[in-house]
Amino acid sequence: MININISDSATKLNSLNRRMFILATAKIIILGGIVSRLFFLQVKENKKYLTLSDKNRIREWKLPPVRGEFQDYFGNTIAGNFEAYQLHIIPEEVEDFRYVIYRVKELLELSEKQFKKIVKKKNEIKPWETLIVADNLSWEKFSKINNHLYDLNGVKPVISISRDYPYKENFTHVLGYVSQANENDLLTNENIKEKFVPGLKVGKTGLEKSFEQKLIGSNSVERYEVNAYGRRISQLAFQKGDKGETIKLTIDTKIQELTNELLKEKAGSICVMDIYTGAIIAMHSSPSFDPNSFVFGISQDEWQLIRNNPMKPLVNKSLSGNYSPGSTIKPLVALSALENEIIRPDFTVQCKGHKNPLELYGQTYHCWKKEGHGFVNLREAMKQSCDTYFYEVARRLGVDRLSVTAKKFGLGQKVFKDIFDNEKKGLVPNTEWKKNALGRNWVLGETIITGIGQGFIQTTPIQLCLMTAQIANGGYKVYPKIVANDKKLYADKFTPLFKNSRNIKIIQDAMFSSTNEVRGTSYRSRLDDPKYRFAGKTGTSQVKKITERDRELDLKTFQIPYEERDHALYVAFGPYKSPRYALSIIIEHGGSGGTVAAPLAKELFKMIVDRHEIRKNYDNKKYLDI
Amino acid sequence: MYQYRRFNNKNSFFQKFGNLDYILLSCLLILGFISLATMYSTDGGEVLFHTRSHFIKFVVFFSMMLVISFINIKFWFSLGYLSYAVILGMLIWTINFGITASGSKRWIDLYFLNIQPSELMKIFIILCLAKYFHRMKAQHVNSFYSLCFSLIIIFVPMSLVIIQPDLGTSLLIAISGIVVLWFAGLNHKYFFYSCLLSIISLPIIISFLKPYQKLRVLTFLNPDRDPLGAGYQIIQSKIAVGSGGFTGKGFLKGTQSYLEFLPEKHTDFIFTLFSEEFGFIGSVLLLLIYSIIIYRVIRIGALSRSYFAKLFCYSFGTSIFIYVVINMSMVLGLLPIVGSPLPIMSYGGSSMLATMIGFGIVMSAKTHSQQSIA
Repeated sequence: MININISDSATKLNSLNRRMFILATAKIIILGGIVSRLFFLQVKENKKYLTLSDKNRIREWKLPPVRGEFQDYFGNTIAGNFEAYQLHIIPEEVEDFRYVIYRVKELLELSEKQFKKIVKKKNEIKPWETLIVADNLSWEKFSKINNHLYDLNGVKPVISISRDYPYKENFTHVLGYVSQANENDLLTNENIKEKFVPGLKVGKTGLEKSFEQKLIGSNSVERYEVNAYGRRISQLAFQKGDKGETIKLTIDTKIQELTNELLKEKAGSICVMDIYTGAIIAMHSSPSFDPNSFVFGISQDEWQLIRNNPMKPLVNKSLSGNYSPGSTIKPLVALSALENEIIRPDFTVQCKGHKNPLELYGQTYHCWKKEGHGFVNLREAMKQSCDTYFYEVARRLGVDRLSVTAKKFGLGQKVFKDIFDNEKKGLVPNTEWKKNALGRNWVLGETIITGIGQGFIQTTPIQLCLMTAQIANGGYKVYPKIVANDKKLYADKFTPLFKNSRNIKIIQDAMFSSTNEVRGTSYRSRLDDPKYRFAGKTGTSQVKKITERDRELDLKTFQIPYEERDHALYVAFGPYKSPRYALSIIIEHGGSGGTVAAPLAKELFKMIVDRHEIRKNYDNKKYLDI
Repeated sequence: MYQYRRFNNKNSFFQKFGNLDYILLSCLLILGFISLATMYSTDGGEVLFHTRSHFIKFVVFFSMMLVISFINIKFWFSLGYLSYAVILGMLIWTINFGITASGSKRWIDLYFLNIQPSELMKIFIILCLAKYFHRMKAQHVNSFYSLCFSLIIIFVPMSLVIIQPDLGTSLLIAISGIVVLWFAGLNHKYFFYSCLLSIISLPIIISFLKPYQKLRVLTFLNPDRDPLGAGYQIIQSKIAVGSGGFTGKGFLKGTQSYLEFLPEKHTDFIFTLFSEEFGFIGSVLLLLIYSIIIYRVIRIGALSRSYFAKLFCYSFGTSIFIYVVINMSMVLGLLPIVGSPLPIMSYGGSSMLATMIGFGIVMSAKTHSQQSIA
């Protein structure tokens, strides 16, 4: 019995020990598995998990980059930065958001509408993102907030850098303006997307938009250690961003201001250009508006006022205004005819005035002067802007040959290529164009009116300025530029645009006579001092066809409804002895070019020539210390 | 006096004192110290609630273990069925009058402390089954009757815990029981067939799981499925362990826990924090300490004279090993997340109490290694 018992417990013990041994082996294998897993995670994959851990705990806050400035030719800041007083709240850092926001509303005297907007914005952002409650506080309100800070837990008064346009409406159409980046900006510009922070201002139009990449600068970055709930624990690093590039323009602020002055209360444009370098000295479109009001978002009322203004302040007329050039095209028509040897300078036509209009192929063509100019040669025709003469020249020249010359001188194509996205090409018609675009054949009558800059032909003020510049510099190609250190090289810069330089001289002389000789169309606007003397060509472009009844009535400009008045144009270059600058002036619905546009040139040239000395000396670094 | 002598057999108090396993004791003390340091780290480098509470629990239960060591192993043998029945009663009590926390009824309020009977069951099921098989003849172990009886002993507490619901603990209870069955000499084919059966029926079992449990299984298979939701715990845990590297980030410098990316860092995920701060070296060292403890426990079993003591020590040592392995595999992403604490390291009174009772019985087996049980 005892034996059996012993053998029984022996079997049990044997089985127990055998099984313990099996399990012990299994345990060692499993332990090996755990250790190898640890080794895999902690040694082999360590880098990967260390990165993930840092990604967990380190969060970066981007601060808005400081935008680059714009300077005029003399280094004056025309678009700079100023310190704006702002109020920020990071919702997660506020214990009682409702209380704080109501308190802020009280202190800042926010309207119900503004208040609702802020609350709505708060609900859209993540709790650790900055909520901008006010972006441009007055000093009084800012100090008021600072006095009540003890009561406003989590509210941060911030001095932020913001855009400032010290010359207000003077540079609006050149520079454009900045405003809050919207979704569209983020979608179209990778750079903006990358640097976006709430409240980031980006260029919306003009050079501010075109040079966004250079201006935007880089974000300062604050690196914080955060916990799992996103609360900042400690600041690890501050990486200072770079300010955007400063861009220097060729524009002379003094002349730019004068153009603004001259165009006050008018709709129109003035462009002034250096005829050798192509540097834009001034370029203004009127009416303009104050870009500062867009920086922090424009009020609805103000926006409607600008938008609905019949003079269209939002349109940059210098670049995107398409106008019939009117008589300002005549130098080009004459030049084309001379170059193609259609006429000689002594070619004469009899003008009988619009009492006895020219009849061609069943149509009548009128000269602007009732009594007519009598027998005129090229010089007289240019001087007095005789339409009949140019009808005849155009008829002989043909539109195709004219269009070749016009294109050579820069009409029908963008002057600035891609710098301004709102620039228009204008239109230089020819027979082929009409067939392709309108599907009809060219009619001779259209050639004839093209000779006086009416019909299909469309030009922008800057194109007319460039055309004049290239006539003034002796017929050589120039490329306009607006950024001072634009070192772009063009292979065909200064290539002659003429066959015979004598022809250019003839045109220059004819333009001189138009301004400086009796019976010239802009004789009254001449400057007699040889230092300032300039040459030009007036233009009056019709907006609608003149009927027989209109001719009989012979109304004064102010008697015609605004929309139907002629555009007044003037192109000129000077000083005549050694030309340096060309300009184009357009006054929308201003009336006759000779009476409305040309007098502005007189004012302009006085200043342009005076400023030329300063500009030259500035180039030679004489005024560096001013 | 008579009573005392009977339990005491022929060993005097001082002999017992000399018979204690000092290697096991010092390993437990080291582990306790490590767990306190880690708890101190989870409190962010301050002595706060968890550290203080854990310290008190460790000291009280460690002392209790020492007391248990001096009680004759026969006493524990005699208590086998009764303790099982008491814990079972507590589990039933829990279902009716338990304290509900985070969606499950696991605790009962004993006024001075809240106790989790399911944790205690992990130990007492071993005690009960060890007693059951102690008397059994070898040829009866595989009989239908004994098989049924032992399975009932396992299934009753298991199902009581499942309905709390607490899947993790119920599985651990079952594993503890099955370990005893294995050591008792149950035929291998039963284990083989039941393994096969459970693999085949796995899809059916999964279909019975609660939605959140299904989610855990899915998350285990692919943690990146929902990195901020269900997969968050395991991803953050792996990041913490992985970023620890070879030598670790240093004591109190574990960014994952310090910045509160780690969930449940006091309890189930305490190893993650330890591993982040002490790296591969520390983790292997911790494993080594556990291995020594388990080795000593099994060695005590091997040296014991009675079958009951052997069976208990082997089963208890193996269970501790399985708890450690399951907890570590879980935080290392080798197993789905089930609630299973790391013995002694994790915060939790009941778990500590149960573990220390277990070690106390083991230590009692050591001090009474020559004791035979009829």
